[in-house]
Amino acid sequence: MKSVVKQERMALSGDEAVAYAVKQSDVDVVAAYPITPQTIIVERFSEYVANGEVQTEFVCTESEHSALTACLAASVTGARAFTATASAGLALMHEMLFVTSGCRAPVVMAIANRALSAPLNIHGDHSDSMAQRDSGWIQLYAENAQEVYDSIIQAFRIAEDINVLLPVMVGLDGFTLSHTLENVDTLPDEVVKQFIGSRKFPNVLTHEGKMAPFKLDPDNPMTMGPIALPNYYFEFKRQQEEAMKNALSIIKQVNSEYAKISGRSYGNGLIEPYCLEEAEVAAVCLGSTAGTMKTVVDELRAKGVKAGLLRLRTFRPLPVEDLRSALCNVKAVAVMDKCMSFGGNGGPVYHEIRHVLYDADVRPYVVNYIYGLGGRDSTGTAKYLRGSPADSSGKAC
Amino acid sequence: MEMAKQEWKFTTKDIAEKPDLFLSGHRACAGCVPTTVLRLIMKALRGPTIVTQATGCMEVVSSIYPYTSWAVPWLHTAFETAAANASGIEAALKALKRKGRLKHEHVDVIAIAGDGGTYDIGFQALSGAVERGHDFLFVLYDNEAYMNTGIQRSGGTPKGAATTTSPAGTAIPGKLEYKKPIADIMVAHEIPYVATASPYYWRDLLEKVRKGLEVEGPAFLHVLAPCPRGWRSDQAKSIEYSRLAVETCVFPLWEAVNGQYQLSVASKLIALAPQKKRPVTDYLQGQGRFRHLFSPQNKHLLEDFQRITDERWRRLLAKCGVSAKP
Amino acid sequence: MSAREKSWKEIAPAGVCSRTSTTFLTGDWKTYMPVRDLEKCTRCLLCVLFCPDGAIHWKQEKSDIEFDYNFCKGCGICANECPTKAITMKVE
Repeated sequence: MKSVVKQERMALSGDEAVAYAVKQSDVDVVAAYPITPQTIIVERFSEYVANGEVQTEFVCTESEHSALTACLAASVTGARAFTATASAGLALMHEMLFVTSGCRAPVVMAIANRALSAPLNIHGDHSDSMAQRDSGWIQLYAENAQEVYDSIIQAFRIAEDINVLLPVMVGLDGFTLSHTLENVDTLPDEVVKQFIGSRKFPNVLTHEGKMAPFKLDPDNPMTMGPIALPNYYFEFKRQQEEAMKNALSIIKQVNSEYAKISGRSYGNGLIEPYCLEEAEVAAVCLGSTAGTMKTVVDELRAKGVKAGLLRLRTFRPLPVEDLRSALCNVKAVAVMDKCMSFGGNGGPVYHEIRHVLYDADVRPYVVNYIYGLGGRDSTGTAKYLRGSPADSSGKAC
Repeated sequence: MEMAKQEWKFTTKDIAEKPDLFLSGHRACAGCVPTTVLRLIMKALRGPTIVTQATGCMEVVSSIYPYTSWAVPWLHTAFETAAANASGIEAALKALKRKGRLKHEHVDVIAIAGDGGTYDIGFQALSGAVERGHDFLFVLYDNEAYMNTGIQRSGGTPKGAATTTSPAGTAIPGKLEYKKPIADIMVAHEIPYVATASPYYWRDLLEKVRKGLEVEGPAFLHVLAPCPRGWRSDQAKSIEYSRLAVETCVFPLWEAVNGQYQLSVASKLIALAPQKKRPVTDYLQGQGRFRHLFSPQNKHLLEDFQRITDERWRRLLAKCGVSAKP
Repeated sequence: MSAREKSWKEIAPAGVCSRTSTTFLTGDWKTYMPVRDLEKCTRCLLCVLFCPDGAIHWKQEKSDIEFDYNFCKGCGICANECPTKAITMKVE
């Protein structure tokens, strides 16, 4: 068993932590387009390229649509590919998100989560990535710059696992994480390189009747991205769902393996409970809000309120079993959504948590709070845990 | 490109003997010349090659799962993405080579798209990719409308043509706008190689594919590819129309090497002997999409077709340094 | 529409095609078939080059061409382009 390695503490913003992790991850192709609050990621990475610190091919595309497309094409050619975006950029990628997951291209993408227009707003909320919930991407949300760094490195391992082969997006809250300087403990280059390893390719049957590594290779021609009619289209979607199921255990495994070398883990990789044992009321949230919420929980506990928190780190695939067993014994759950589902009677995370708890033997009350849209401050979050447990209508506040 | 220049041997026999890399059994309509174009293009390869294609009829007819008509590595992702795919593939090959993980000394990259995927929805990606200087050949097979979705007008549809979104009605006589001069627009990107080609002049086409592959940096090849279904023409005459388009100077053959325009043989012969230039009606008649132009009230449209053809031909001659003869 | 022969567990991911289209015969689409006058044919091979379906093969060992009616869709391009009018289209 590996022991925790010596690490270098650096002062990095979330964006810089992404760039540094990508630098260490032996990425072959980075294709990107600037958008606030993601831009620092590619700016920093450009510096690594300009200074010869990486051997990566850096492609400054003319749009996010082409950025993701180039990453997808690079990935199926056998390269490790990375991009980053936010908000409108992610919305522009929408079409290609599905193609990337459908082509089983393990692209990794950082999302500096930001509100969607209109009105235009550059600040943080989860509207951008929540809108891509069903695009077939694994979605991880980080709580702080340290986790951003760790999650990017883990994302390559998860995405490229041959039982997964799905793209991964890592969400970091716009400005709150992307632009805030924090202490980040970084692993040595070699350790990261070794942890991720080189890309692996499953062998697949080609039209030449032979088994060959799953990539575009003139020595073993294969046709990728064909048209599938109703007789086969469904089969490929079924495969993607299976890969998502596989990802649940792979994410856990990667989280614990990473803990062995770094000394850091994030719950079981899927969910991170905080003071949840014997809690009567609990909040569920994603991302940096969890930091604030942990303080709130501490305060409430000090006052004798049996409060707890569940941070959902992996939103896709949804860890249904983990969520249910973690929450089924509380009396009331406050689900916090930094995103609106217009006309949907509550936010997307709320919908999912209610869905998960429907099958619990005793269903807790579940209330929904929409908060922090367009970067609105969420310091007074204690009220979310004091909300009336009887109000299970999902009314937004 | 670092490959040693190979001798070209594009004789009929050599080409006929070369095994097809675009295979039989594709589901294109009878008389589909875009498939002839693909067959021919694939016979001009010089070594390991990856092909990527935009959504369109040629993509659909050649990749109906589990069947493929592509004997080379091939990727399709979306409609507007041929050039972005090529960018990613080329970038990957470069990075893998740099890191010593590419088996081949060099791999050529060809992006193929129809007029919709080039003039219209794919133009941004194309313009960006050539501006970035990726080393790839972009082949536009131009059948002058969105044939895959049922003959809708594109930026490549000629003025006057009837399509299902520019029908020849009683108030509006087909498409009102001129065909976008896409190849000139690509020359304006100051890329090393741009050319036009027609499958009737197959050797010229093959040579231009080879030149496009050999040149370092982006190359653009515009191939006219008659579609009997969309042009409402006799399927047996699809290749004939690709000849008539050149003989009438509706689609002259030329190449621009580092921005220097020069006429290709078939068009040069017309420039040298202007009496050989045939009237546009020789090309238009027989194509159902232009039938309405031949009714008396649309005489001015027919004249306008001749006028724009002549004007563009004159401009081309000037670019090629050939003085227009009366 | 082709039938489904394999389950999702048996096929390659992402639609990697498992066979070439040469196993999908399109010859039965045609109404007319090309017939060649051997006397008139000069073996110029233009028909081989122009055929959209790759359905005319040059047989080196016979120094002659051969129609592949398994794939010929009967478009008539070969007949139209034949410089010596050696090919005619006949109802199948």
